[in-house]
Amino acid sequence: MAVSVESRNLVSAPDGGSREELVVNVGPSHPSTHGVGRVIVHLDGDIVVKAEPVIGYLHRGIEKMAENRTYLQVVPLTDRLDYVGSMYANWAYCRAVERLAGIAVPERAEYLRVIVCELQRIASHMMGIGASAADTGAFTFFIYAFDQRERIIELFERLCGARLTYNYVRPGGVSFDAPQGWTQDVLAFTKAFRAAAADLDRLFFGNVIARGRMKGIGVLSADDAVAWGASGPTARASGVNWDLRKHDPYSVYPRMDFDVVVGERGDAYDRGRCRLLECVESCRIIDQAISQMHPGPVRTEGLPRLLQPRPGEAYDHIESARGSLGVYLVSDGSVRPYRMHVRSPAFCNLALLPLLAEGHTLSDLVVVLGSLDPVFGEVDR
Amino acid sequence: MTPDEMAALLERITAHNPRLHPLFSLEFGDAVVGVERAELFATAADLRDAGFDRLGMVTAVDRDEVFVLVYRLHSRSLSAAIFLKTLVPRDDAWVASLVELWPAALWQEREVFDLFGIHFEGHPDLRRILLPDDFVGHPLRKDYDDPRLIRRPDYI
Amino acid sequence: MALVDRISGALDSGPGGVILTSVDALINWARGQSLWAFPMGTACCAMELIAASFSKFDFDRMGTFPRPDPRHTDVMILAGTITEKMRPAVRRLYEQMPDPKWVVAMGNCTVSGGIFYYDTYSVVRGADEFLPVDVYVAGCPPRPESLQDAIIQLRRLVAEESIAPGRRHEQTTTLPRPKAGGDR
Ligand code: SF4
Repeated sequence: MAVSVESRNLVSAPDGGSREELVVNVGPSHPSTHGVGRVIVHLDGDIVVKAEPVIGYLHRGIEKMAENRTYLQVVPLTDRLDYVGSMYANWAYCRAVERLAGIAVPERAEYLRVIVCELQRIASHMMGIGASAADTGAFTFFIYAFDQRERIIELFERLCGARLTYNYVRPGGVSFDAPQGWTQDVLAFTKAFRAAAADLDRLFFGNVIARGRMKGIGVLSADDAVAWGASGPTARASGVNWDLRKHDPYSVYPRMDFDVVVGERGDAYDRGRCRLLECVESCRIIDQAISQMHPGPVRTEGLPRLLQPRPGEAYDHIESARGSLGVYLVSDGSVRPYRMHVRSPAFCNLALLPLLAEGHTLSDLVVVLGSLDPVFGEVDR
Repeated sequence: MTPDEMAALLERITAHNPRLHPLFSLEFGDAVVGVERAELFATAADLRDAGFDRLGMVTAVDRDEVFVLVYRLHSRSLSAAIFLKTLVPRDDAWVASLVELWPAALWQEREVFDLFGIHFEGHPDLRRILLPDDFVGHPLRKDYDDPRLIRRPDYI
Repeated sequence: MALVDRISGALDSGPGGVILTSVDALINWARGQSLWAFPMGTACCAMELIAASFSKFDFDRMGTFPRPDPRHTDVMILAGTITEKMRPAVRRLYEQMPDPKWVVAMGNCTVSGGIFYYDTYSVVRGADEFLPVDVYVAGCPPRPESLQDAIIQLRRLVAEESIAPGRRHEQTTTLPRPKAGGDR
């Protein structure tokens, strides 16, 4: 089931002869599709002629479910979208609700949101580059990277009790204030992570095998990245300097001093390395946020349980680990959203796969797929 | 972008494009312009030439007799975003495809076709994308019904 | 013919009761200590499945080793939502596993549909609609420790197997209960 040959066809070649085209099915249960992705690959020898992703194996109908939930009840559903980085969908959704209902958020809550989302970015990137490294055979790196992720998960667990589906960011603030000593531990983590990141960089991106496997593979030009709606590290690795935290700043990001990591060549190597370097920038943001944060309330007082925004619609987006994650909410004045749509960066990035994989070998296809870092909960919604 | 800048931008875009009309207010902070269905493609092409180089989002909203198609366009050079909307009657649900302008529409339009049943004229590969090929119906329509769908009892 | 089959054939013809039980115990002990898992990770729970098998929780120490190929494995760990589109693939993968095989349903989605029970048109409400599930692990997602506990529970099921056809070593499980009259 993982990889199977579907058919062998004779197709006419441009030189007048004919060659055999092999149609190979990869997935939907394959370790290197990072979930339930499936790709139907047409091969000429070992070269990919056409790669056709088949998605929807995790389509759970969250957008439909949201239409029969109250505004607060939708928050746990958004956790299940991008399950590698649950905080993002929480936050994007809450921003849309806050915009729709005109809710102001206390400053401390905004800082906490920034801290957890930057921690989440590190956790998510560790998973992303770790898994794609494992596809190239560097399993050791995956274990090292996952160790860092596990440390962050522990911090989250202390903050909100959950390891994966946090339900932490709520309309009007966050669910809990940081427990005693938490911020010190976060600072200790970022300090340790900086050293670890240098090691990880040497361990994998300095490795001659990784360079050989990833450099020049799946090159995405900046124009294509823009036209295809790519965002996040996928677009930035191609030289598109576009980061919502910087260019459409939200929350308290304007007060932070950080750099946007931009790549040059737009190949799989750059996409992976951009992610790792971004994590170091995240550490900078976390340190600043903690030093700027003051005690205070973390939830807006007096919010009703049943939010009932006036009729209208709102769109808001944040920079998630995969790109610009937007939530489009339509209200008809009742207690439930009339329509919720999630603009999913992983979905848009994955659409690039046919473009990027063409002309490479089958073994490079998994490298390209891994470098796009899809999370199928978010691709399929 | 402040509301004033947004209003000025809206003014500028709609001024030399008679096909566009500002549709909605800016109360939620987004500029929204409406366009007739027949003129969607030409308008979108104009907007792309005006600097809106990214198609961020394509989606639809079911409003009983009509579907509202929502496009979110985005410009890095103007650092601005607008929503483009068009109405599609329910019993004659088609609209021009924007794949030629932005390949980003390729999958997003397939998704809208899959979940709403709106046809995109000129789309090179209009098939279901999320649901299985043999699925019957378009689940995000408000009148969609399915025996498998268990309605959640009203607790509130 | 596998060795195991030959043993059971030989024992079937003779008065093998005592020997058979000891052989069963040996085989089941060996099996229970190395339950290789097929990680059928479809959604969020797969993250906890990975966490369970990595350094901190370390599944390997229990002899459970995730293999991405169903043909190498004894137990299928269903981690994550199963949609109608995914159902035939899961079924097919299950059929590719060699006997004897077990299924662990990890997470509320595979137990009952969980958070996706209501209002959705594409989710299978519980893996037991189409697979024989042996151990259910509740949680959304369950902690890695709960998954490891599921493997310990599964060993008890493994101990019931017998190489003789149609025979099982049924065990009755008594749950610890508060003593009558004791402190409640
Ligand atoms: S049980 Fe919860 S965490 Fe697990 S797959 Fe289902 S929704 Fe995700």
